[in-house]
Parts: sequence; C-alpha cells; structure tokens
Amino acid sequence: MESGNDHQPGVTGRNRRTFLNRLWAFFGVLACIEVGWLGSSILRSRKTRSKSANSNEPVEAGSIDDFKPGSVTPIPRGQFYLACLEDGSFLALSRTCTHLGCSVPWDDKELKFICPCHGSTFNMRGEALTSPATRPLDYYPLRIENGMVKVFASTGKRRDSFEPEQTVRI
Amino acid sequence: MTERRVKRSRSLLSDFLIHIHPRTVPVETIRFSLSFGLGGMAATLLCVLFFTGLFQLLMYAPGIDTAYQSIQLMYTEIPLGGWVRNIHFWAGNLLVIVVFLHLLRVFLTGAIGDRRQLNWIVGLVLLFLVLFANFSGYLLPWDQLAYWAVTIFTGMLGYIPFCGTALMQLLRGGNEVGAYTLANFYAIHVGIIPFFFVIFCVWHFWLVRKAGGLVQVNGSDKGENLRVPAVPDLVSREAAVGLGLVGVLLLFASVIDAPLAEPANPAMSPNPAKAAWYFLGLQELLMHLHPAIVICVIPVLCLVVLVLLPYTKNAVLPAGKWFGGKGESIKFVGGLGGGAVVTFVFVFLDDMITRTADSQQSAADFWLRGIIPLLFFVLVLFVLRRLLLKKWNVSQPAVVLVLAGIVIGIILSLTIIGIWFRGPGMQLVVPIG
Repeated sequence: MESGNDHQPGVTGRNRRTFLNRLWAFFGVLACIEVGWLGSSILRSRKTRSKSANSNEPVEAGSIDDFKPGSVTPIPRGQFYLACLEDGSFLALSRTCTHLGCSVPWDDKELKFICPCHGSTFNMRGEALTSPATRPLDYYPLRIENGMVKVFASTGKRRDSFEPEQTVRI
Repeated sequence: MTERRVKRSRSLLSDFLIHIHPRTVPVETIRFSLSFGLGGMAATLLCVLFFTGLFQLLMYAPGIDTAYQSIQLMYTEIPLGGWVRNIHFWAGNLLVIVVFLHLLRVFLTGAIGDRRQLNWIVGLVLLFLVLFANFSGYLLPWDQLAYWAVTIFTGMLGYIPFCGTALMQLLRGGNEVGAYTLANFYAIHVGIIPFFFVIFCVWHFWLVRKAGGLVQVNGSDKGENLRVPAVPDLVSREAAVGLGLVGVLLLFASVIDAPLAEPANPAMSPNPAKAAWYFLGLQELLMHLHPAIVICVIPVLCLVVLVLLPYTKNAVLPAGKWFGGKGESIKFVGGLGGGAVVTFVFVFLDDMITRTADSQQSAADFWLRGIIPLLFFVLVLFVLRRLLLKKWNVSQPAVVLVLAGIVIGIILSLTIIGIWFRGPGMQLVVPIG
C-alpha cells in the first residue's frame, strides 16, 4: 500500500518533493553562510595580522641634545620625521602625505614638507599649507626618558589640526 | 587508426568553430566597417593574455623580495621570457583601448536596444573586469611605477565616504602597500578575475547569438537570400582580423619593452607620481574638485547613466547605422571637440587660480569645489538639450549624439592632460618629446 505512493505523484509525493526541495535550499543557504563566515574571518584576521607585525616597542630617535630647535630630522629606522619646534618641544610626524599617500621629503631651504606627487606642502608642525592636501600629517605619540626621545611609531594618529598636546616638552 | 583520429580531431575543431557561430549570417553584418572587428579583437586579446599569463606564472615569483628580480630574470636568463611579458603588457593596455572603442561602437551603431539591453550591462561588467585586471596586474612587478601608482589609486579609494578607509585597507591588506597587498593583487589578478572573465564572456557571446548576431537596420533581416554561410565567409574575416592583430602585437612586443622602473622604494616617491594611465582622467579631476565628488559621486553618476541608457526612451540611436545615418557624425564630433576645448580652458583657468591663490582648503570646499560645479554642469547639459530640441529643431537621436560627444570629449581630454600635460609636482607643462 505504502510503496504505491512512490510511483504515483499523489499528495504525499508532492509533499515529500517540497520538503526535499526546501531541505536543499536550507543546505544551500547554510553553505553560503559558512563560506561567507570563512571569508570574513580571514579578512578580519588581516587587521590584527598587520597590527601584530608592528610591535609596540618605541623607536629610539636619539638624544634630545642632537636636535636643534627649529629643525626636522628624518628617522629612517622608524619611517618618520622628528620635528623639534621653535619652542623646543618635540613632535613625531608621519612621512605619508594625507592627500594620496606619497612620501613627503623635508626641504631644508624652504623649511617645508613638499609632496613630489601633487605639490601639497606642510609646515614644521605638519599643518597643510597648500592644497590638494587638507589634513595635517599624522603624528606619533612620543616620550622623553633619560634625555632620549622614544617614539611609538606603530600607528599614526589622525588629527584635524595642530594642538600643543601632540608635542612633548622637556 | 591515426588517420581516423586526425580526421576526428579536425572535425572537432571545425565543429567547435561552426557551433559558436550561427549556420548563416546576414551579409550586411559581416561588413568590416560596421563593427571594425572590435569585439573579436577584444576576445583575441583575452586569449593572448590568458596564454602569456600562464607562461608568466611559470616565471614570476610573487613576494616583495623576489618579484622584481624574477621580472629582471625574464629578460636576462629566460629565453623569450621578456618577450612574453612584453606581449602580455601591451595586450593588456591595448585591451583597455579596444574595449573602450567597442563600447563606443556598440553605442554609436544603436546596438543596445531591444534584445541587447542585458548584454550592454554584461558588457559593462566586462569593462570593469578589464580595468580591474589591468590595475591589479600593474602592481605585480613591484617597481617604483607600480608601487606608487597603486598607493595613489588605493589612496583615492580612501576618500569614498563611510566605507572608503575599510575598502582601502581591504585592498591593501593593511594600512600600507606592502607584502599583503602584493599577495592580494596576485590572487585577484591570476585567480579571481580570470574566473569571472570566463563566465561573463560566455554570457556575453551567448547573448549576442540570442539577439540574432550583430546589429542591423530594423526590418532588413527579412530576406533570407541576403544571408551567407558563416563558414567560410564570417570565419575567414574573423581569422584575418584576429591573426593580423596578433601578428602586429607580437612584432610590436619584440621591438618595444614593457616599462620596468627601479625597485619599489616606500621611502621615496617619484616626481611626479601618477596612477595608471587609464585612471589619470580621474586623478586630473581630483586636482580640481572635492575628493568625495570625484571618487564617489561622479563615478556612481556615470555608472547609473550607463546602466539606464538602453532602458531610456529616445536614448538609443537607430540600429545598424553609424551615428544613426549619413552626415550625422558631425554632431558627435562637434560635441567631442566642444567638450575637449571647454575642459582644456577650465583646467588651465582653475590651475592659474589655485596655484596663485595658495589657498587653504576649508569645509565650504565640498560645496564650492564639489556640489555646485557638478549641479551647474548637469544644468548646462539640460539647458543645452532643451535648446537643441526646441529652438534648433535637432532630432532626438542627434541630441543624444551631441551630449554623448561632450561627455566623452571631457573624459578623453582629462586623460590626455593627465598623461602628457602634467610634469614634476603635477604642474601643467607643455609636452615636448
């Protein structure tokens, strides 16, 4: 009696087909979620990956006596600039232009950072002087210990304007 | 035994050739001057890129310490390795030009209406794939050119409101262009993009077949006697165009090397640092307008217009004839020239003003150098359209021609300025030599 239902597409047969189709759809959605979860977890892991690559150890830029007030010194090891402002306070500046990410060299004659890519200029405090860049250069937190300037050069801090709190005085 | 096998393989090949074509084709559509074989050229170039790409997979060593050297070895150690890279490079760049011209051809011969609407959209996806393929391949040599072009372009993405920074970090695999960026771009270039190319190309070709082959004047496909067999009439023409193109490409690649600059140096940007040439129009625009407008609003606007084009009443030109008929081309060329002249004048004036003013940018820039000029431009186009239609009694298709000409003129001249008229510090210069 029961086996007869297999051959005749009766009510039960249709129900079974609907059920199986729904089951397929369910597994399909499940598979999509799994693949999506796998992909997004891989993508998310990359953020921590790039963070852990840079340790939180500060970079020693040098002794405070090495820097004259009103000078900017490139520190190649930490890939940043150490500016000693006119009032003797220290400011660590990123070398990445805030326009499109070129490396800005410091011009000793003009006393400006001049971006070779699109002509943006920045002053010693990192403030944008000429467009197209509008944001000041990122800065890094720093500390002065035993007369040595130590810079935490792992992640640059975005800012919208220059504030005295970004610098460190002796 | 072997003879039969040879015969069978030969018939396999010819069967394949026959089956991707219809049995007969309208004689009108195999005219070279209808399509200039641009779609076929694009398909040929894709095949060339696929095979030279496979060869390069055997020579290239992905990784920031090995990539540059492995490219140098192609030229010094591996027989014909450099030639293969040259072919791949020039074919990729030529493909950008060919697909752009193909898009123009399809639009200007009215081949986007009726049953071809969906295929226009599929074509747009393919155009995006071509650009993305070129761009992702650009980084792989890991030289100064590649490094800074990719830094600049991914930096441009960072200006997209809300998701820009996330998108930039996603592509870069971190905050800076580095080892993970190269790994990303390698995966995109040799894996993800070819996969989608295969799918969308097959879809593209199938939709051409479904629409009855190439576009022709409405109603002219009635007479069955105007059809000719695809083999040999169509296939021989395709072979002539495809093989001719490959011949020229191989010769060109054997004479002119693909560029390779110094190894990438994150500490030193070259002066000037430019994006890849097909993005230079965008970079040029970025020097004049607010970034959020250039990177986000304008591309989205262009995309919306392109997608809606075949579905818009009166925006599709009459099918099967260039410019919709004899003597109409002057309207398109006029728009093209007008757009170009206006662009050159505006770029020059704006450059004079901003360079001399040495102005600090402010929050008002979003309006002054963004929304207001954009609205003004759209308004000008609308007024022009009304004037043409109502006052000067220009026909509807001709208005479409003029407006399209203007927009394309602007895009082309921005790109030309970006490539040749921008020197050190991105100052305007006169190109000499």
